[in-house]
Amino acid sequence: MSAETKKKIEVKNLTKLFGKNQKEALEMIADGASKEEVLEKTGCTIGVKDVSFAVSQGEVFVVMGLSGSGKSTLIRCINLLNKPTSGEIFIDGEDITKLDSRQLRQMRQTKLAMVFQHFGLFTHKTVMENVEYGLEVKGMSVEERKETARNNLLAVGLKGYEDSYPRQLSGGMQQRVGLARALATDPDILLMDEPFSALDPLIRRDMQQELLDIQSKLQKTIVFITHDINEAFKIGDRVAVMKDGVVEQIGTPEEILDSPASDYIKDFVQDVDRSKVLQAKDIMFRPSALISDTAGLKTAIREMETNGISSIFVLDKQRKLKGIATIDDAVAALDAKKTLAEILTQDYHTTTPDVYVRDLIPIARETKLPLAVLSDDGRLLGIIVRASVLSALV
Amino acid sequence: MFPEHITFELGKYVGMFVRWLNTNFSQVFDAIRSSVLWLLINIEWILVTVPWWVILVLVFLLGWRLKSLLSGLIFAGLLFLVGAFGLWHPTMATLAIVLTSVLFSLLIGIPVGVAMGSNNTFAAVLKPILDAMQTLPSFVYLIPAVILFNMGRVPGVFATMIYALPPIIRLTDLGLRRVSKEMVEAAQSFGSSPLQLLLKIKLPQALPTIMAGVNQTTMMALAMVVIASMIGAGGLGYEVLVSINRIDIAKGTESGLSIVFLAIIIDRMTQAMADRYKYDEQDS
Repeated sequence: MSAETKKKIEVKNLTKLFGKNQKEALEMIADGASKEEVLEKTGCTIGVKDVSFAVSQGEVFVVMGLSGSGKSTLIRCINLLNKPTSGEIFIDGEDITKLDSRQLRQMRQTKLAMVFQHFGLFTHKTVMENVEYGLEVKGMSVEERKETARNNLLAVGLKGYEDSYPRQLSGGMQQRVGLARALATDPDILLMDEPFSALDPLIRRDMQQELLDIQSKLQKTIVFITHDINEAFKIGDRVAVMKDGVVEQIGTPEEILDSPASDYIKDFVQDVDRSKVLQAKDIMFRPSALISDTAGLKTAIREMETNGISSIFVLDKQRKLKGIATIDDAVAALDAKKTLAEILTQDYHTTTPDVYVRDLIPIARETKLPLAVLSDDGRLLGIIVRASVLSALV
Repeated sequence: MFPEHITFELGKYVGMFVRWLNTNFSQVFDAIRSSVLWLLINIEWILVTVPWWVILVLVFLLGWRLKSLLSGLIFAGLLFLVGAFGLWHPTMATLAIVLTSVLFSLLIGIPVGVAMGSNNTFAAVLKPILDAMQTLPSFVYLIPAVILFNMGRVPGVFATMIYALPPIIRLTDLGLRRVSKEMVEAAQSFGSSPLQLLLKIKLPQALPTIMAGVNQTTMMALAMVVIASMIGAGGLGYEVLVSINRIDIAKGTESGLSIVFLAIIIDRMTQAMADRYKYDEQDS
């Protein structure tokens, strides 16, 4: 197995019940009793029922569901704030449900950190002391933890607020403190329980973006809970949709959009603005015709003819984009005895694979030429024609 | 009429129990007695030895720092009046018993409250007992106090301490239970030990409520110490008792008012202390 696909978290047949008579309730569930039947007979509430999934190293795994779907119960099982009734949870291959309390504390101190919906900040401590808390519990020296806390506050843009109290900050800033506090212990896994739900829409968007920025730098393994499907699709590499304690579907945002597993999910994704979910890489395609910059004009014209296109991208040997040639210019150049290199124009738009289709719309409106999708080092990955941008809107 | 042959002499058994305690653990009670007395005498000695004007200045400064300049002036003024009534010494004696009893109440009450706040079974057992303690007429506490410690100031402290105990236990428990669930989860999610959770998060968060408990306990102690004069606790309560016996309106008024003044000063000061520890509740 390569490093990228290493399973960081693996949850197997996890069930969490609340209430007494859990044994009886488990048996009823095994016999296929419904949530209501179990509640009536045993008084047990089902939080999570037979959930299995795995999260890879560096992945952002989003659990989406409405309130009461068991998503918060589920995330609290991963750091054992909720003790699972049955099932196993592996972190780095170790079954954490079998840890004793000392080992559990150690794991929480080193591998996991959590961000809360209402921030969960310690109101009697300053911002700095809040961020230090995880390090303090670990037993880090005062000097070292102050230094670490300061760096983490700087990273979330809260320099200068070290000595403020949480109540003096706005909601968005408070959650930045929550994030800095979680990141300060340098955990492998970040558990985020609806971290942005309590924020204003505009601030929420900023925070989502900031999380993505931080994630691209730090490559943590993130389990993210939300009830907002747009947020789920924006942030998640993969999304699990939960309903009544059961996972209905797990997949990438595109998979869920394209083939919802149930009517419930279909209803959900109906409101999704596809242009906010789909990225350039999702709608680009491999160009049918490409030519090298060393080719002649005639070759270029013939390529365009056979593929029925009016322009063609020209690449060098490293597949780096040199320019675009249109059929009109090529024919004119043939008469004027010019070379291909001379008629190349840079008159096209480029984009990167991660740009959302929504942001491509204005560009697609104004140009007739296809958009070139380039990698960071300028290689051509694919092209997008304006029809696919605009059709993503419907 | 309730049938006479059905009897349950609970009182007899309680009496037997207290007497049994007294005969079998007399050394223990003697030890408690002498250490309480030692503390009490020392506190009283300080209060009486320090010149009256130093105490006035101290009360003024405390009132000023904790509340406002005006409060400081009023507190000092009230205490000055007490002195002018000729009741300085009994007031200091009362104050000494109050301070000693409150000290012991807190020493016992806060740990018990913490245990109650962290253990539901213990809380379920203790709650009816606390209810009973608070409804029981305060005079009743005087009886076991006298049996165990004879007459005098020590049984006064004992009875006062028992009577003043429930509020600090209850409010410590309440304060711990009211700590936001998310905050507790946050502390746990970083791998805090139960002790770290208690000392670094729960107790500081509960402090405003605990301070309210300190205030209530102190006021209860002041009320009880007056009654405890019946078993020889002395102080202002004794002055009141004497006034009743002699139907002395002048003395009764002065000693009664002195108790009120002392109560006002202590209440406002401990309340101001409690307010200092209040953090704004987080929104949402």
